[in-house]
Amino acid sequence: MTVTTLPVWSVVPLAAVVVCWAYAAATVDAALDPAPGRARLARPLVETSRLLRQPRRVTPAPDLLLWRIGIAGPFVAALLMAIVVPFGGHVVSGMAVGIVWFNAMDVVLWAFWWLAGWGPNSVYALVGGYRFLAQALAYELPLMFALTAPAVAASSLDMRDVVMAQGELWFAVEMPVAFVVFLISVVGFSSWGPLGHPAGVDVADGVLAEPSGLDRLLLLVGRYALLAVGSAMAAALFLGGAAGPWLPGWVWSIVKTLAVLVMLVGVRRRVPIVRADRLMALAWVVVLPLTLLQVLVVAVVELR
Amino acid sequence: MSLLLFAVVGLVAVASGIAVFVVDSMARATFALALSFVAVGVEILLLDLAYLGVITILMMVMEMAIMAVFMVMYMMNPAGLMPMSMMHNKRGALIISSAAFVVLAAGSLLVPWPSRSGSAPPDLTRAVGDAIMGSKMLVMIAVSAVLFATMVSAIVLATARGRYDS
Amino acid sequence: MTLDAFLLLGSALFAVGLFGALSQQSVVMLMMGLELMLNGVIVAVAAFWYFVAPAQPDGQVLLLVVITAMTVEMAMGFAVVTLLFRTKDADVTDMAAEFKQ
Repeated sequence: MTVTTLPVWSVVPLAAVVVCWAYAAATVDAALDPAPGRARLARPLVETSRLLRQPRRVTPAPDLLLWRIGIAGPFVAALLMAIVVPFGGHVVSGMAVGIVWFNAMDVVLWAFWWLAGWGPNSVYALVGGYRFLAQALAYELPLMFALTAPAVAASSLDMRDVVMAQGELWFAVEMPVAFVVFLISVVGFSSWGPLGHPAGVDVADGVLAEPSGLDRLLLLVGRYALLAVGSAMAAALFLGGAAGPWLPGWVWSIVKTLAVLVMLVGVRRRVPIVRADRLMALAWVVVLPLTLLQVLVVAVVELR
Repeated sequence: MSLLLFAVVGLVAVASGIAVFVVDSMARATFALALSFVAVGVEILLLDLAYLGVITILMMVMEMAIMAVFMVMYMMNPAGLMPMSMMHNKRGALIISSAAFVVLAAGSLLVPWPSRSGSAPPDLTRAVGDAIMGSKMLVMIAVSAVLFATMVSAIVLATARGRYDS
Repeated sequence: MTLDAFLLLGSALFAVGLFGALSQQSVVMLMMGLELMLNGVIVAVAAFWYFVAPAQPDGQVLLLVVITAMTVEMAMGFAVVTLLFRTKDADVTDMAAEFKQ
C-alpha cells in the first residue's frame, strides 16, 4: 500500500473535495435527525440557499477584522489539515512532519474559535469562545499523545509512512485507546455534539449565536469540514487508509471515512453535552494517564 | 523565490511585532504577536527545519490563545473601544531600543561570521530526536525538571488559598 | 538568503520587543515585549545553526530550549500577575514599584 504525492495545483480540487465532504456531513446530520419533517435530505441545500439570501445582521461595535478571521478560520484550518491527509492512495503534501502539521492546525483552531466568539461584541458569543479554550485545554494533551502513538508505531511523522506501516494490522486494533481519544478530540475541535459546549443551547448557541447570512454559512461549512477532515484523518491514521480487498483504494477511503463520519455526526443527538470543567477533570485524571499508557505499550511493542 | 518569501514573511513578522504596541485593542495586540510568531515559524521552515518550524507555530499560537484570556482579564481597555496609551518613558525606550537595533544590526553585518562547515543530515527531525535522547539528554532532563517546577510554583502562586489555609 | 539577512530580521524583532518591554506600563504587555525579544533570538539561533554548523544538532536543541523558556516565562509571568492582582489589585508596573515603599 503506497501513497503517492500529488502536484501543488491539486490544492484547488482539494478545496472542492473538502466542501463536498462538508456537504455530505450536513446531509448525514439531517438524515439522522429524529425530529419528524419532510424532505430532510434536501435540508442542507435549503439551508444554504436561505443563508445565501439572508441579509447580514450586525451587532453594535463589533471587532469586524477579528470576527471575520474567526468565521473563516475553521474552514481554512480544515483545508490546511486536509493537505497532509492521505486519501485513496494520494496525498497533496508529502510533508515529513505531517502529523505535527495536523496537530499545529488543530491548535490554530484555539485562536479561531475564540476570535469567532470575541468578534461580535456579544455576551453569549464571548462565553462560547472562552468555553472553547477551557475545552481545548482538556482535549489537546490527550490528542497529542493519541497522535504520538501511530507515529511511534510507524517510526515516522510522515502520514505516508503511517499508512504504509499498517500492512498487517490496523492501528485501531493495535492501539484502541489512541483511536477513541482521537475521535473524541475531532468532535472536540469541531465543537460538536457532546463537546459542543462552546456552541451550547444554554448560551443561545454561543459562538454560533451572532453570525448570520454568509458568515454563518461559512462557519457551519467550516465545522462540518472539520468533522469530515477529522474522519478522513482517522481513516488514514488508524483504519489502514486506502487498504482493502477487491475494491480500488479510493472506494475504501470513502467507505472508511464515511463510516467514521456517520459515527461522529450521529453522536450529536445521542450523547448529552459535557460541561467544559467536567471534561477537564475527566481528561486530565482519567484519559491522559490512559493515553500515556497507550504510548508506552506501543513503544514497548515496537521495541520488541 | 525563497528570497522573496523570506523578505515578505520577515516584513510581516516585524510589522505585526510593531503592531502589538500600536493597536488599542488587547485582542488585536495578542493576535498580532501570534501572527509575528507564525511568520517566524515560516522563516524557520525556510531553513529546512520542518519539525521546529511547525512546533514553533503550534506552541506560540496555543500560548497566544491563552495570553488573550489574561490580556482581556487584566487590561483596562481590552476591546480598544476608547483609544488610550499605556506607555511610560516612551522616548527613552525608543532611544534605547533603536540603539540596540543599530548595535545588533552592525554586529550582524560587520562581524566576519564563520562560513558553513559540514552539511545537514538528511533527516533533521531524526537528528534532533537522536540528540535529545542521546548526547543532549541531560539538557532535556533539566528542562523537564524546570517545567515541573514551573507548573507547581505557578499554581502555588496563582491560587487564592491553599489546602492548609483556613 | 544569507546569515546577515536573518540576523537583521532577528535584530529588528529583538529591538521592537525591547521597546515594548521598556515602555509598556502593563505587566502583561511587558511580557509580550519579552516574548518578542525571544522571538528574535529564535530566528538568530535557527540561522546560526543553518549557516554555520548544520552538521551538529546543537542549534536545534538550543531552539527547543528557547521555546521552552518562553512557555516557562509566560506561565510564571501570569502566575505573578494573578498574585499581584489578587493581593494588591494592581496590573501596572509603576504600581508594583510603589509597593516597595
